[in-house]
Amino acid sequence: MSQPLVEMRGIVKSFPGVRALDGVDFTLRRGEIHSLMGENGAGKSTLIKILGGAYRPDRGSIHLNSQPIQPASPLVAQRLGISTVYQEINLIPELSVAENLSLGREPRRLGMIDWRAVRRRGQEMMQRLDLNIDVTQALRSYSIAVQQMVAIARALDENAGVLVLDEPTSSLDAAEVRQLFAVMRRLRNQGLGIIFISHFLDQVYEVSDRLTVLRNGKLVGEYATANLPRLELISKMIGKDLAAVKEMEARHGAPRSETPHPPLLAARGLTRRHALQPLDLEIHAGEVVGLAGLLGSGRTETARLLFGIDRSDGGALNIAGASVARHSPRTAIRRGLAFAPEDRKAQGIVPELSVRENIVLALQGRRGWFRKLSVGRQREQVDRFIKALGIATPDAEKPVGQLSGGNQQKVILARWLAMQPRLLILDEPTRGIDVGAKAEIERLVGQLCREGMALLFISSELDEVARDSHRVIVLRDRRKVAELHGHDIDLQNIMRHIAAQPEGSPAAEPARDPAAEPEGNHA
Amino acid sequence: MRESLNRLLWPLLALGLLLVVNALFNRSFFYVALVDGRLVGAPIDVLLRGAPIMLTALGMTLVIATGGIDLSVGALMAVAGSVAAVLLVQYQSSLGIAILASLTVCLLAGLWNGVLVTLVKVQPIVATLVLMVAGRGVAQLLTDGQIISLSGQPGFAYLGNGLLLGIPVPIWIVVLTAIALGALVRVTALGLFIEAIGGNETASRFAGLSVRAIRLFVYSVSGMLAGVAGLIYASNITAADANNAGLYMELDAILAVVIGGTALTGGRFLLIGSLLGAVVIQTLTTTILMTQVGGASIPPEYNLIVKAIVVLAVCLLQSKALRGMLLGKRGDA
Repeated sequence: MSQPLVEMRGIVKSFPGVRALDGVDFTLRRGEIHSLMGENGAGKSTLIKILGGAYRPDRGSIHLNSQPIQPASPLVAQRLGISTVYQEINLIPELSVAENLSLGREPRRLGMIDWRAVRRRGQEMMQRLDLNIDVTQALRSYSIAVQQMVAIARALDENAGVLVLDEPTSSLDAAEVRQLFAVMRRLRNQGLGIIFISHFLDQVYEVSDRLTVLRNGKLVGEYATANLPRLELISKMIGKDLAAVKEMEARHGAPRSETPHPPLLAARGLTRRHALQPLDLEIHAGEVVGLAGLLGSGRTETARLLFGIDRSDGGALNIAGASVARHSPRTAIRRGLAFAPEDRKAQGIVPELSVRENIVLALQGRRGWFRKLSVGRQREQVDRFIKALGIATPDAEKPVGQLSGGNQQKVILARWLAMQPRLLILDEPTRGIDVGAKAEIERLVGQLCREGMALLFISSELDEVARDSHRVIVLRDRRKVAELHGHDIDLQNIMRHIAAQPEGSPAAEPARDPAAEPEGNHA
Repeated sequence: MRESLNRLLWPLLALGLLLVVNALFNRSFFYVALVDGRLVGAPIDVLLRGAPIMLTALGMTLVIATGGIDLSVGALMAVAGSVAAVLLVQYQSSLGIAILASLTVCLLAGLWNGVLVTLVKVQPIVATLVLMVAGRGVAQLLTDGQIISLSGQPGFAYLGNGLLLGIPVPIWIVVLTAIALGALVRVTALGLFIEAIGGNETASRFAGLSVRAIRLFVYSVSGMLAGVAGLIYASNITAADANNAGLYMELDAILAVVIGGTALTGGRFLLIGSLLGAVVIQTLTTTILMTQVGGASIPPEYNLIVKAIVVLAVCLLQSKALRGMLLGKRGDA
């Protein structure tokens, strides 16, 4: 067994009103990839922020290589060899890769920046990740995955021993994830300890050696990944018994017979330059239509056209029997549409405003300036949804920005449900939220649809799409490539169409690199 | 409610500090008396002289809350005075028409700002810079670059110098405007919409708010209130001075808003805070003018520098980062 690299013992951290961490122990060994698991609000971010020097613990000790340390700031942590790469890439896209890598610590000669050394060092740093790219090119000319690796390379000082990756894969496609994992394995084999946080269970199981599960700020346990079945992990994370989880997992969208009613929404040849090739789409009341495809395949673009955010260049759109020519979110809402956008923070919530104000925003928007909802009516609505959706907030006046991602998503859903829309467009409603909230949102989708609402469900988690949709439309390269009904809807099928593989060939399964398997001791 | 009180804490402290300075060096500051049915004294003077700042700050608050800014208010004050003076003096029009016309001009000017910002999508600071420069030019053209005297206009003089129940008319105008505007934004849903737009414009648009209409509205209100301020100022000095009326007023108004606890980035706003901010600025000016050091008064040249120092101090006090540093904490949580 490798000796501990990082030992955190009895970590306690409180914020006003919440105890974020309550005596948590965490051990990271050399040469391992260690996933930190838990629902939102479990304390994962707080724990890595303490390790990374962004927060100071109220109590508890941290040892690095058996030496007590106190990472008082991110800079101190970095000097101690603890590097953190956050979800958002904090680099400058216009500069070259090499310049980004040396930014703020440029090698100098005679007081001038030594550009040759900048390039050479950049190359060396990328080679450490086994990545041979032209470091003189602008960072933005590379894919997000490569940009992410540049961020990792930059974080890895020569003396780095600990690498923390917080949701590094959320904006990567499958091939890019494989590329990232290869790098992670390589670094692990060089003896680094890597802490990995991801909401994608598949990825956690694929790449990590060990798991530590947190729940409500407390340690649930530490496990070898291979010895912990997936369902057991989920039950530990959400604190529910196994049977309930199995039932949740087993739930399948029942195939529906073709509805004789005219469609609620019908698009014919709907198109927009650089965004979407002409698309035909019909959505009926009481139907969940899944939209599957990779990032950039035209999923979000479709939603934006339907909701009137972008204007189409051609094609016809018909909502509830009326032809729609000029369209804006405001008029779309009048016609009974609702849209929960992919980027919750930038497009969904108003972080500074309260839960109450965020929920009544659309409703009040429809009523206009002067017919203000009385505070009593607002309260009534808001309390109803806080209860119905299980929004975890001490009260309705708390700013939404202070809630966890899952609860923010629920607030946006509440905003739209209060409008009683006919068609609800959900763009990645489960991204970046915890397993429990995911299940709740999936359950809600089923329930709303039974009540007669139409839903357009966009998700990059294909199993969700497969499980919840009555019909799945597969997009590739901004074009509809397939429409699956009933029994044809399964994960393999969807993946085959996305990958454009002919019938019968094996679906893309990320192959594990045998050379990158754990190698035991480095100590 | 508690949040509002927290935001008002620092401007209240600043005001308190100024009053303490006056209590120590300048007792006569607190002297208020009824002379010939007219309340006189420094506190009354502060409110009277501060009326234009308070009025422009009210409009500015709404604009800033949407994430914008209005640099044209000072120039529009000059426009308002000039339009009224030209109509009253050169065209002998009635007082009502003169007031109505100048306020309409300012409202349309504000609407123009709004159009530039919403439809042409010019950045607010640039869009309103246009009128900040052009507005004063228009005012100078109207008056031929001359100061037009309004001394023969008793009706107009009443606006800035008159009394109602012993209290100067401008104070009444400020109070009534503040109440009306406060009611307009808080009794209707307008305040919520403004704060939502300032907090996250995209999310507001996606939630179906008419972002354009609200922007047009706040710039129009700001323009019109600048017009009211301009009329009071012109009445007060019984002249339309296109060169100096409202000079730097936009900066005072922005400062009043910031001191009053509304962030320049938009979002939550507090009208009462901005009024308080305006009072702080005017109290400061009056204090400097009245304070005697060693028997001599402080030269008025120091006015701007002292003002800058106080503004800096208030802004530093409001800075979370600095407060955190002083308390030995970082910006946790």
